[in-house]
Amino acid sequence: MYKVEVIVTYKEGILNPEAKTINNALHSLDYKSIENVKSGKYFELTFPDDMDNSEVEKTTDEVCHKLLSNPVIEDYTFNINKEQE
Amino acid sequence: MKKVGVLVFPGSNCDYDAYYGVKKVLGQDAEFVWHKDKKLRYYDALVIPGGFSYGDYLRAGAIARFSPVMDSVVEYVEKGNPVIGICNGFQILVEMNLLPGALIPNDHLKFRCDDIHLKVINNESKFTTRFDKNEVIKMPIAHQSGNYYAEDDVIEELEQENRIVFKYCDRAGNITEDANPNGSIKNIAGILNKEGNVLGMMPHPERAMEPILQSTDGADIFKSLLEI
Repeated sequence: MYKVEVIVTYKEGILNPEAKTINNALHSLDYKSIENVKSGKYFELTFPDDMDNSEVEKTTDEVCHKLLSNPVIEDYTFNINKEQE
Repeated sequence: MKKVGVLVFPGSNCDYDAYYGVKKVLGQDAEFVWHKDKKLRYYDALVIPGGFSYGDYLRAGAIARFSPVMDSVVEYVEKGNPVIGICNGFQILVEMNLLPGALIPNDHLKFRCDDIHLKVINNESKFTTRFDKNEVIKMPIAHQSGNYYAEDDVIEELEQENRIVFKYCDRAGNITEDANPNGSIKNIAGILNKEGNVLGMMPHPERAMEPILQSTDGADIFKSLLEI
């Protein structure tokens, strides 16, 4: 089984009020050493064993572009892991 | 009599307001269009209403664009027919790339439900012929992701092509930071596509069509659009 972990975050320069609020909350809890917080979305996709790695990569890239992220405001990264069942 | 189609998704909640406004206030014909319908009938205009289609999962408007009816909506737009997307309808239109840019969470993170003022920047669009240029109008907003964002070159293009239709302003018509309810770039509240037949706006004209609602300015958008 392939397990693909996708992370979607706002592009640099796009205001992320959620991350800013979390950052402020951490500071008010006295974790002053935290300089910056980024937040985003996490997805886990699974694919069957009999697929090629390149096919998995192509499909993941396609769905990231089409649905999981909005390319106007977000970037995405993903890791493909092949796991023993 | 003009006929308006109102799209209905799971989670739409302003569909009845638009239907009521067109039918009862304007005395025109209106019909609901279920998101699973594949074919559109003939309509003089189409409304993509507000609400929380598909629970706003993933991003507001992101899932609705893949509804079966949407291919027909794209075809309808390509033929030059008018579409107005209100609130969640605007979010759906940007997700579909029928309008440029994106609507991100409000800069203050809160859901804001309030009467606001808008300045009519473009009164030559088919949605705004009943207004004077720079007229100040009033209607409600109710959203959490209405913060309009687009890259600088897109904003420049919108300005050059006179595609910014409404901007948030104060009662006197000043476009100020204080009058901006959500952090939108340049106080943008509503924009047109290049061809001018698609309008997306965060404020709710369908909730401002009768005196009892404190404003009838919204009715003028529908009257402009339907030429009635």
